[in-house]
Amino acid sequence: MKKRDPDLLLFHAPLLRQGMTTPRAMRDVIYALLPATGAALWFFGLSAVLVIGSCIVGAVLAEVTFAKRETRGESLRDATAVLTGLLLGLTLPPGLPMWMAFLGGFVAISLGKVIWGGLGHNLFNPALLGRAFLLATFPIAMTTWAPAAGGFFDVPASNLALPFMQAQVDGVTSATPLGMMKFEQEVTPLANLVFGRTGGSLGETSGLLLLLGGIYLWLRRDLDWRIPVSIVLTVVIFSAALTLVDGERFPSPLFSLFSGGLMLGAIYMATDPVTSPVTPKGAWIFGIGVGVLVILIRVFGGLPEGVMYAILLMNAATPLIDRYTQPRVFGRGVDST
Amino acid sequence: MRPLRLFRRSFEHGVHPAHHKSQTEDLEIQRVPFGKDYVMPLGQHIGVPSRPVVAEGEAVRRGQLIAEPGGFVSTALHSPVTGTIREIGNMRGVDGRFAPAIAIEADAFATQRVKPDPAMDWESLSLEEFIEAVQMAGIVGMGGAAFPSHVKLSVPDGTRIRHLLVNGAECEPYLTNDHRLMLERPEALLEGAEIVRRKLGAEETIIGVEANKPDAIEIISEHIRPGQPVRVVPLKVKYPQGAEKMMIKSVFGKEVPAGQLPRDVEVNVNNVGTIVAIADYFLRGMPLIERVVTVAGPGVTYPANLIVPLGTPVRDVVRFCGGLKGGTREIIMGGPMMGRPIASLDVPVLKGCSGVLVFTEEQTARRKEYPCIRCGRCLEACPYFLNPSRFARLARARMFDEMKAHHVFDCVECGCCTFACPSNIPIVQLIRTAKDDLTHRKEPEA
Repeated sequence: MKKRDPDLLLFHAPLLRQGMTTPRAMRDVIYALLPATGAALWFFGLSAVLVIGSCIVGAVLAEVTFAKRETRGESLRDATAVLTGLLLGLTLPPGLPMWMAFLGGFVAISLGKVIWGGLGHNLFNPALLGRAFLLATFPIAMTTWAPAAGGFFDVPASNLALPFMQAQVDGVTSATPLGMMKFEQEVTPLANLVFGRTGGSLGETSGLLLLLGGIYLWLRRDLDWRIPVSIVLTVVIFSAALTLVDGERFPSPLFSLFSGGLMLGAIYMATDPVTSPVTPKGAWIFGIGVGVLVILIRVFGGLPEGVMYAILLMNAATPLIDRYTQPRVFGRGVDST
Repeated sequence: MRPLRLFRRSFEHGVHPAHHKSQTEDLEIQRVPFGKDYVMPLGQHIGVPSRPVVAEGEAVRRGQLIAEPGGFVSTALHSPVTGTIREIGNMRGVDGRFAPAIAIEADAFATQRVKPDPAMDWESLSLEEFIEAVQMAGIVGMGGAAFPSHVKLSVPDGTRIRHLLVNGAECEPYLTNDHRLMLERPEALLEGAEIVRRKLGAEETIIGVEANKPDAIEIISEHIRPGQPVRVVPLKVKYPQGAEKMMIKSVFGKEVPAGQLPRDVEVNVNNVGTIVAIADYFLRGMPLIERVVTVAGPGVTYPANLIVPLGTPVRDVVRFCGGLKGGTREIIMGGPMMGRPIASLDVPVLKGCSGVLVFTEEQTARRKEYPCIRCGRCLEACPYFLNPSRFARLARARMFDEMKAHHVFDCVECGCCTFACPSNIPIVQLIRTAKDDLTHRKEPEA
């Protein structure tokens, strides 16, 4: 019995892991977005593919370009570049020129993530940063809403516009429900909002499918349920209060909930773990803050939609929120930060 | 959010690792045959090392005192075998460092039968005599920490113990030694608990058992004599249910204040193995010279629950279990969540060794580490409500003093954070490094 002893490693306990990994969590979010992406294809046809595809290509290219040479391509495996591109694409108007979408994706990753130090270090949600960049740079294209396509292959000419050439805006532009509410006091029927038969960004039109994906993520424990729940509750309560004050002027709670990017933002963007508070109490504060800002911007601000800025502003407040919401340590008094 | 107490009593947070207990939970405890070489490290308990009272070359009986306590927080050692003292000196210990130990060579022709001391009249002992007897019996916490039991039982004047809590949670995956002990020796467990309860003047004994051991709960309940103030409390299956402060929270709903001990909430907690050891000493005269060890894990040929004489090399234990399978890469002493890896098969089984777990390439495969994405899973896992992600970040930046300010010493290193981390960050390992640095660094001369 003279067998060689095995070469023993000295990994320190715990040796067991729960099995969820960061790339898997990121891929879960992509899977959760597939129904809404499918709806975008259904409503907007090929132009959805072109816009979203351009965003993803831009994001991936930025990730590869700015990686260290030795590890180039490795960071793609955590799927965050694709996810950022997809999320950005879903927030864009369907008729957006492809080159703008590409640029948005590139900026989202380079200025939204890489420059901060890569995954886990950025302060702002990269996809929303990319969108804010596009909105600031191309305000007209970003607020021109092409109507839903007639057939799958009907691509608006603006999609194919060459870089820096002024694209001909299509004759008919359809307004978003929020735009109609704000500028024409016209209310879109709720059923259209829920199922997505409205104008708007690619991914924000179907509240129902977005909710479905959110439930999947919640079941997989990939998202902090406190954030979407607190955003939704705040929006509902705040807008209900406003409706009580003046039902004519202010939108109803359900309208606020299902119009615009609220669902997309509340479920998929505000819950980005990197840019939202890590503490449970902080998540509540963050969600309430987003909800209040959304309504304030929508109702009293100059813009019809406020989800993007609401989330970006609360992103900026996240380190502060975390600092003051550390949990009470077991066996200690309340003020143990 | 306070979770509803739907089914079983529990603490908050924690994690749910797969149990992996089916490998050994139905296997009766067997005795490992005696071998040749035994090593008893003098510092195998927490505290001051013991002082040898034998000389090299001296013949010793099994159960004979070979080292006396080196102080109050120290305990006695007894020879696990009949044989001769081969050497007293520095030998390689479990952590790989050389440390003083007594090496004993077993007499191949000895019967190894203990001539036990007669049972003690424990009822007439004063509390001080009782505590000294526990110390001289070499009894330590058998759950893994190996903290001298007599220290735990010494309650300062003015403190009252109302409840004796017997810890049969065995929340570590793979381990079944406490489970088998409860199944096979419920009388000894109840006898020992009665001795401790009476000596401490506690009103009641509560035996906390995780609900995945219904047979143990049933057998112990059957053996409780009518009128005996003992309750068996099923606890939710959740790690770390067996951490004493968590168990107190589960059973009594009370938090032991940070920096204080269970006695400060009128509770005394002891592992089932410790309680049985106390019964064996006071009723049968057997000092602590052997213990139950679970040998399991994917790399061991025949998993088993074994009575192993202390000081037995892991090599002999593993050989008795049919040897190691190919692909063995790691051996853990204790449980997979909090145990310690051993570097060599020659290290001895100690008083605090509840398991010898053999893992293969699959469990030790290198896990790619990703950046922290601040998902908060570690915060939701930490039973002490600390912020492990912040500790990991601070530890990497070597900001240890900052960690101290954030109560890093409240961490019991249960490993829930590392278990829960999707980015495979070795959080608890980083915390250990930081605590080690904080405890051992030399203060600059003033």
